[in-house]
Amino acid sequence: MSLAARVARNGAAGWLLPAAIIAGWEAAARAGLIPANVLPAPSAVAEAFWRLTLSGELVRNIGVSTLRALSGFAVGGSIGFALGLANGLSQLSRGLTDTTLQMIRNIPHLALIPLVILWFGIDEEAKLFLVALGVFFPIYVNTLLGIQGVDPQLVEMGRVYGLDRRALFFRVILPGALPSIFVGLRYALGIMWLTLIVAETISASSGLGYMAMQAREFLLIDVVVLSILIYALLGKLADSLARLLERLSLGWHPAFQKG
Amino acid sequence: MPAATLTAARSLAATPAHARTIGSVEGRRAFAFKEVGKRFGDKIVLDGISLDVRAGQFLAVIGKSGCGKSTLLRLLAGLDRPSSGSLTFSGDDGHSRTRFMFQEPRLLPWMSVVRNVEIGLTGIAGGTQARQRALAMLDEVGLADRADEWPSVLSGGQKQRVALARALVGQPQILALDEPLGALDALTRIEMQQLLERIWLDQKFTAVLVTHDVGEAVALADRVVVIGAGRIALDLDVPVARPRRHGSAELAHIEGAILDHLFSRV
Repeated sequence: MSLAARVARNGAAGWLLPAAIIAGWEAAARAGLIPANVLPAPSAVAEAFWRLTLSGELVRNIGVSTLRALSGFAVGGSIGFALGLANGLSQLSRGLTDTTLQMIRNIPHLALIPLVILWFGIDEEAKLFLVALGVFFPIYVNTLLGIQGVDPQLVEMGRVYGLDRRALFFRVILPGALPSIFVGLRYALGIMWLTLIVAETISASSGLGYMAMQAREFLLIDVVVLSILIYALLGKLADSLARLLERLSLGWHPAFQKG
Repeated sequence: MPAATLTAARSLAATPAHARTIGSVEGRRAFAFKEVGKRFGDKIVLDGISLDVRAGQFLAVIGKSGCGKSTLLRLLAGLDRPSSGSLTFSGDDGHSRTRFMFQEPRLLPWMSVVRNVEIGLTGIAGGTQARQRALAMLDEVGLADRADEWPSVLSGGQKQRVALARALVGQPQILALDEPLGALDALTRIEMQQLLERIWLDQKFTAVLVTHDVGEAVALADRVVVIGAGRIALDLDVPVARPRRHGSAELAHIEGAILDHLFSRV
């Protein structure tokens, strides 16, 4: 196998392009092609990173944002998962709630920001509510889709071989729905960060979005760029965790058996 | 269980003259259909089927598609209920001792091969005992070395062998087979027929094979029943010694007679 192919297999290839972009960016900034008040050099951003790390501000703000993201995700995700299961398994439940949920789904949840600020002010509840709402739908829709897509022949087989409802759910229905649920999970993680950034940018007194807005006030453009980069890294981290989880639990799936 | 045998013997005496009893004199009865009918809405699928099957017999049910042969099998396995008539089993455990083998393997792709076979022991055995029995059964079908692999890496014939192991691991009294070899290529199919015959000779369960392949029916079965228009159109013994050789003149003769019957009177 050639070196290039091996690098590509290890996933290192994915980092080549970002590294090249940063190198080019640094060179352009040093050469004066990009004015520092438009886009600071990566070294300046790294300096800001170091400064804020030493002061403890960065870690605190990342902590606050991550906690918000995860708690919103936990609330919205578990409600979405539970309703997806209920509506996938019970005709009655689906008949009662699905139409309503599909209507709400078509409202962009960020459009609710003014209303949410009126309801909750700019406290934690506002962010939690928005993240939970944003995360809810991808999880709900994909859980429902996954359960409805389980092969009815396998369900019939389970019944014929005497599996009770519990065993049927845990051995046949849930594993069958899992690939689709993971699609929902990865979507939801993306929406989780997006929602949080918007919410924190508009109204917050701590967190990464707040840090970026503060920096804008004081024209600290290096800190603004740093916040954006950290969002990118956190998003990538969440996605990698989801992929890892996916690989661990979908080992049976032909798509995950190679490499 | 002498009580059950006694019941079986008594009901045998009361069997109407038109129901087949040949061959059931020495053996205990496995199950009997008595004037069984099945309707789906207005459509009559089975119209008064009476069938008496001796324990340990290999019965093949053939007919054109849509003739009701699969419905017959689903009634036997308890997947459907008859609209009229009755279905009796020797002993009182009935459907629960019947196993069903589908046309498709229907293995759970997220469970290893051996765990799929263990599904056949639901409510019968658990834990290490289930695993040991499943492994022994896999050995029987020649797949012991694939026990820990995912079903997706197996070939079609191997998957169907796992499905056979799953059906037989609980030692059913009756095995219902719904064209399980229909999707296999010709050579794999003959291999599977031989495997099925060997295990059947070994375990002595009652086998009911639904098929549209007359050659397969006469190669495997002691008795062939042809269903036409919801009724039994032909009921024929296949008194050919085992092991049978594929394509022998004797089998070809019987096959020809059945085919003639199928195409002359529809």
